Amino acid sequence: MSSISLPTYKPADFASGQDVRWCPGCGDYAILAAVKKVLASRDVPKEKYVFVSGIGCSSRFPYYLDTYGIHGIHGRAPAIATGVRCANPDLEVWVITGDGDGLSIGGNHMMHAIRRNMDMKILLFNNRIYGLTKGQYSPTSEQHKKTKSTPMGSIDTPIQPTGFVLGCGATFVARATDVNRGGVNVLPEVLLAAADHRGTAFVEIYQDCNVFNHRAFFYATEKETAKETTVHVKHGKPYIFGNNNDKAIAINRCGAIEVVNVRDVSPDELLVHDEADRCRAFMLTQMRYPEYPEPMGVIYRESQPTYHDLLWAQINEAKEEHGEGTLEDLFSEGSTWVVE
Amino acid sequence: MVSDAASSSTPTHQDLQSVAIRFCGDSGDGMQFAGTEFTNTSVMFGNEVVTFPDYPAEIRAPLGTTYGVSGFQIQFSSSEIYTPGDNVQVLIAMNPAGLKVNIEDVEPGGIVIVNKDAFTPGNVKKAGYTDNPLKDGSLAHYHVCKVPVTRLTKESLVDSGMGGKAIGQAKNMFMLGLVYWLYDRSLEQTIRALTEFFGEKKKKPRVAEMNVAALKAGYFFGETAELFPVRYRVSRAKQEPGTYRKIAGNQATALGLITAAQLAKKPLFYGSYPITPASDILHALSTYKHFGVKTVQLEDEIAAMCSLIGASFAGDIAVTATSGPGMALKTEAIGLGVIMELPMVIVNVQRAGPSTGLPTKTEQSDLLQAVHGRNAETPLIVLAARGPGDCFTTAIESVRLALKYMTPVVMLTDGYIANGAGPWRIPDPADLLPIEVAHPTERNHEIDGKPVYAPYLRDEHLARPWALPGTPGLEHRIGGLEKMDVSGDVSYDAENHQHMVDARAAKIAKAADDFPPIELNGRDTGDVLLVGWGGTFGAIYTAAQRLVDEGHRVTSIHLRHLNPLPNGLGDILRGFKKVVVPELNRGQLRMLLRAEYLVDAIGINKVQGRPFLVSELVDRVKEILSED
Repeated sequence: MSSISLPTYKPADFASGQDVRWCPGCGDYAILAAVKKVLASRDVPKEKYVFVSGIGCSSRFPYYLDTYGIHGIHGRAPAIATGVRCANPDLEVWVITGDGDGLSIGGNHMMHAIRRNMDMKILLFNNRIYGLTKGQYSPTSEQHKKTKSTPMGSIDTPIQPTGFVLGCGATFVARATDVNRGGVNVLPEVLLAAADHRGTAFVEIYQDCNVFNHRAFFYATEKETAKETTVHVKHGKPYIFGNNNDKAIAINRCGAIEVVNVRDVSPDELLVHDEADRCRAFMLTQMRYPEYPEPMGVIYRESQPTYHDLLWAQINEAKEEHGEGTLEDLFSEGSTWVVE
Repeated sequence: MVSDAASSSTPTHQDLQSVAIRFCGDSGDGMQFAGTEFTNTSVMFGNEVVTFPDYPAEIRAPLGTTYGVSGFQIQFSSSEIYTPGDNVQVLIAMNPAGLKVNIEDVEPGGIVIVNKDAFTPGNVKKAGYTDNPLKDGSLAHYHVCKVPVTRLTKESLVDSGMGGKAIGQAKNMFMLGLVYWLYDRSLEQTIRALTEFFGEKKKKPRVAEMNVAALKAGYFFGETAELFPVRYRVSRAKQEPGTYRKIAGNQATALGLITAAQLAKKPLFYGSYPITPASDILHALSTYKHFGVKTVQLEDEIAAMCSLIGASFAGDIAVTATSGPGMALKTEAIGLGVIMELPMVIVNVQRAGPSTGLPTKTEQSDLLQAVHGRNAETPLIVLAARGPGDCFTTAIESVRLALKYMTPVVMLTDGYIANGAGPWRIPDPADLLPIEVAHPTERNHEIDGKPVYAPYLRDEHLARPWALPGTPGLEHRIGGLEKMDVSGDVSYDAENHQHMVDARAAKIAKAADDFPPIELNGRDTGDVLLVGWGGTFGAIYTAAQRLVDEGHRVTSIHLRHLNPLPNGLGDILRGFKKVVVPELNRGQLRMLLRAEYLVDAIGINKVQGRPFLVSELVDRVKEILSED
């Protein structure tokens, strides 16, 4: 396709016309708006996009975008998307999932799509609760959480999504919040970076479920606290945060990370973000409020061949070695004999 | 009649119409290889051949035990045959456990060749014998040849320079050589196979040479030892002219799928998870990347099925294969395929269950699962192959129907036909009908005066259009929620749901118009109609022939199409006094026939992990004929 014929889009061009049925005030609205903006900003015709989801509130997402879409079954979106991706390497495949869909029932598919570096964006809307089934605890719910299914408090230890996917060998890991009323809203930059990544791009989005788990992430999104509780990570820049931009991360004499006041240390002692450092990335994923600010932005990024690159390479290699297969070749392989 | 390798007389040739041989031994004794090679040699020679490999689920069960016995039965014939034979005329037993498990199936007077060296007191005891059966007279009804195979193999390979363990593994070739001599067969095919496998593929030319030497030693031993008063000949069968090859069911399925994709001019996507006895389809397809075949080994059965949804949505011919337990895991995603009305084929190579059951043994007990085993009203097309070569044809028809009716299709095979092999006449590609596939490029409907793409606007077959991602203007979203007729929008409307459920059912029912008429093996009226499906075809067909030859008014029919059932079946059933349905389950087709046609069908049912014997069908039908 020549670049001249590329349409220019407005975010509204990606609206499907279906009535959006999330609860009023749901964080999903902000994410939908941000995705539409990012899609409109890219030089990719909209018929190239396939949005695949599982089951849950977030999984209604594909219905609201005027692209190709599959609303799948619970937890299986990465596996369905794997089929789409292998069938047609020209498409842009996005998976929309949640903490229950993606990490509970679908945890296995999540792990394997990521380790294969399947070329797809995975947006995990983490609201730390089951919304569509009306308020049971999720795999990211904090321990002791009282919900409909845990009246005495949950006894499960929550999973840490970004740490989990790094462990699976993710080549792109990022985090953002649905909204940010205090600091920088990194969602647009993160979505754009994910869109441009070749391979599995995993984005955890802190999302407010204002019905069943309201304010779960207010510490990270509200004016009063956001700058103190999160740090916007940028490649090559120190981890500066705080209401007065006066805090940073450094490694102390024992080799442990600690929050320091920038005035107390020399600039070269400040830890600087390196997107390509997997160990550092893992450390970042383990930084939790209130001990540390929680990193927002692109935590890790590396370039690796995608699954379908390798799949097609093998097909091409086989074709070069054996020639394009014909039915005559296929039928008469091995030993044959003729009956007159 | 027990002879040691010492007597002397000049062997003469005796012509036989057909012979059934079973090779058996420990699961590490190379019996599958020996049986396969005997099969290859026989089909290349021009015999009709039906095989029945039967092996334990354990890769290497404890040595010398009865549960570690691996068997390979082959019937080869100069006339048409459809089964591996009820009993065998020849048993090759590499150890006492093999003898113990298999001796019952040898015809009285049959030949039993044993590896005498394996009958040590320890092995005899391990097999569960109290006394050595070679010495206690219990084999008096057979022609037993006690051959010191271990010692002779060792002696013949003493100059090979190979170690004792490697030499021990060549015993099967020594035994095979002996059997080749007995049936006057050429060694050529097996020498070539050994050279290719060990020499070229495994890069171990010395192992190849050693095995060839053992094979020849066995053959020459037959010639010089004069164990047998006669040699036997089974002459060529009259076969339709053409080029032939040997094919096993799973291999034929793989070839059929590739062929269907080529006929449809579309890529084949095969997403699967390994499971016995279906994995060979994955193995086979993974070697055909130069045909554009994409094989993806997913993380589980569920993912495999889900990958088909995505691949089909994006335009590939999407196929998976599994067996019963895997089928159970795929169920939810098959339902998604049904409501999304996407074409895909799910092959179920049935095995004995429930649960893990007998993974390497055959059964036909997933029919109801295939037809009805999903939540809600979820109809799809179900076909079953009747033999190894027929898997090819059935695979093509499955893909053709999936594409025409935009639906998942379940293709049933079973462990028996998947692993069994026979000669296959190679089709001329020019004789195969192309498979038409159309993808819309324009909006197909108007709503409120505006052109739109309506993904659920049905054609004359009630199939919906298949617009592919990447096509401008046809962007649409579909999924597991009920859809509004025509527009495909999510709909919770009561009347619409009724309509859509009915429409999906009507579409599948209509596919019966595509099926060829049922062929009758016999007259259209009579005392008994035998109705079969799947891999029991050969036994039922042969039993019916035998009953007719004996003067009974018996006809058989075979159903390739299990859902929908073929048109005209009800009329055929009503032409007979009794309808008898032999199945390797507890009566699943019988239940469907009773429900559909209110016919008081009688079952002949067996679940022993083994195919029917012709004799047991004949005997049971005679009993039914005599009951009134």
